Amino acid sequence: MKRLNYPFSPEAVRELKVGDMVLISGKLFTGRDAVHKYLHDGNKSPVNLKNQIIYHCGPVTMKDKKTGKWTVTAAGPTTSIREEPYQWEVIRDHGIVGVIGKGGMGQKTLDACKEYGCVYLHAIGGAAQVLAEKIKSVDGLYLEEFGLPEAIWELTIEDFPVVVTMDAHGNSLHKEVENSSKEVLKAIL
Amino acid sequence: MTKKLPAKKPVSKSASKKPIKKPIAKAKKLDPKTQTIESLLELIRVTSTEIPDDVAKTLMKARSQEEQNTTASYAMGIIKDNIDLAKFKSQPLCQDTGTVIFFVYHPPGFFQNAFKDLIKKAVVKATQKGYLRQNSVNSLTGENAGTNLGEGHPSVHFYEHNKKEVEVKLVLKGGGCENVSTQYSLPDTTLGAGRDLAGVRKVVIDAVYKAQGKGCGPGALGVCIGGDRADSAYNAKKQLLRKLDDKNSIPELASLENEIVETCNKLGIGPMGFGGKTTLLSCKMTHANRVPASYFVSISYMCWAFRRQGVVLDKKNTIKKWLY
Repeated sequence: MKRLNYPFSPEAVRELKVGDMVLISGKLFTGRDAVHKYLHDGNKSPVNLKNQIIYHCGPVTMKDKKTGKWTVTAAGPTTSIREEPYQWEVIRDHGIVGVIGKGGMGQKTLDACKEYGCVYLHAIGGAAQVLAEKIKSVDGLYLEEFGLPEAIWELTIEDFPVVVTMDAHGNSLHKEVENSSKEVLKAIL
Repeated sequence: MTKKLPAKKPVSKSASKKPIKKPIAKAKKLDPKTQTIESLLELIRVTSTEIPDDVAKTLMKARSQEEQNTTASYAMGIIKDNIDLAKFKSQPLCQDTGTVIFFVYHPPGFFQNAFKDLIKKAVVKATQKGYLRQNSVNSLTGENAGTNLGEGHPSVHFYEHNKKEVEVKLVLKGGGCENVSTQYSLPDTTLGAGRDLAGVRKVVIDAVYKAQGKGCGPGALGVCIGGDRADSAYNAKKQLLRKLDDKNSIPELASLENEIVETCNKLGIGPMGFGGKTTLLSCKMTHANRVPASYFVSISYMCWAFRRQGVVLDKKNTIKKWLY
């Protein structure tokens, strides 16, 4: 088990390799479909994403009626491939060093990871409770107008479990599994 | 995360023995409508936060088959922890609480519209309580009203049956697995799939291959052979109501179901697409007549977080029995 601690950097994520199981501590920003399209359309990010990790997640959130404080009660990853048209650009223009999601991403993102020093970290899809437990505080809410699941949530995390499935050296577990299963498929059909 | 835990966790299997209703609610003697909403709310809560026993059993078996110290076994371990934690905290297994699909089986002379109104009220309440995420988006405007109500939401299907009681089944179908669900039109020349069961087998396996890890595998399939495009897709989804350990009454389909599971698990896609032994937990198939010109095969892919539950309501609209 490896560790990735805040503050993050391109140098630190370049140390990670496909297959590494990693516990992340520090900070995350959620961002999914609406946020990626928004940034792709040339809008300014409401938060500085330089050297940050973006999490493809639309959490279940609850607001305490008395204190107005938010808690995240369920927070697993959403399917990342929908962001494939935008992700490389967000890595390039905003300097993010990590993308957490599920299902993996494509060649454009893999190339951007290599060029700019970024890594794709696979969280366990559907494990909304285990992952919500690792969120220690909600520190900010931006772009609320997209709806709560689609907004940017700034979160403090501790020992957030992920698996590196695309590293900054051009390797992708998703490509490997797809190729090997393709061979089996050919034999079966 | 500071939510108050329920004093006693209702266990779905032994529900008939243990009263599920909180004593306070019972003492109040709710009017029939409020009682129905309360029962439906409990159905939504249990569906969103607890995995049915048949699915849990299959998942735990799959977990034990993965090799130790692999990312696959790591994933299955987190899946197990998540199942336990969601139940303990009474919070959603998965943050994507999906399309809310009700199947209502009722005796003759039942008021469907009135019941649908109560379902809607229960859905709004479940959303306020965090059992459901604000998950319904207007496809034209992009607006999310935050209630899970809207054009076509929740999805409610009524069936008349010959029993005296009302049965309500609920499936929460997440978007990730819905996105890898698909429909083929046979013959399919790229796959060399003709209009027969051998062709059906090919397209189903192809669908599992194409899904890779994107549908939150290990997954479970509902399949319909035939029907028009709409009925075919709907009937495939309805197969998800079957228990994973049941047996198809049509022998050809029963053996095809088993063979597809075995074969798909040779693909090596594994949990989350990390590579591994279990790619598919189950495959449930049905058929519907078609017109001579069409031959559709529809595949509904369900993620490991297979959220399905059902209840029988008694005359007072309290939960008499859990179905899964």
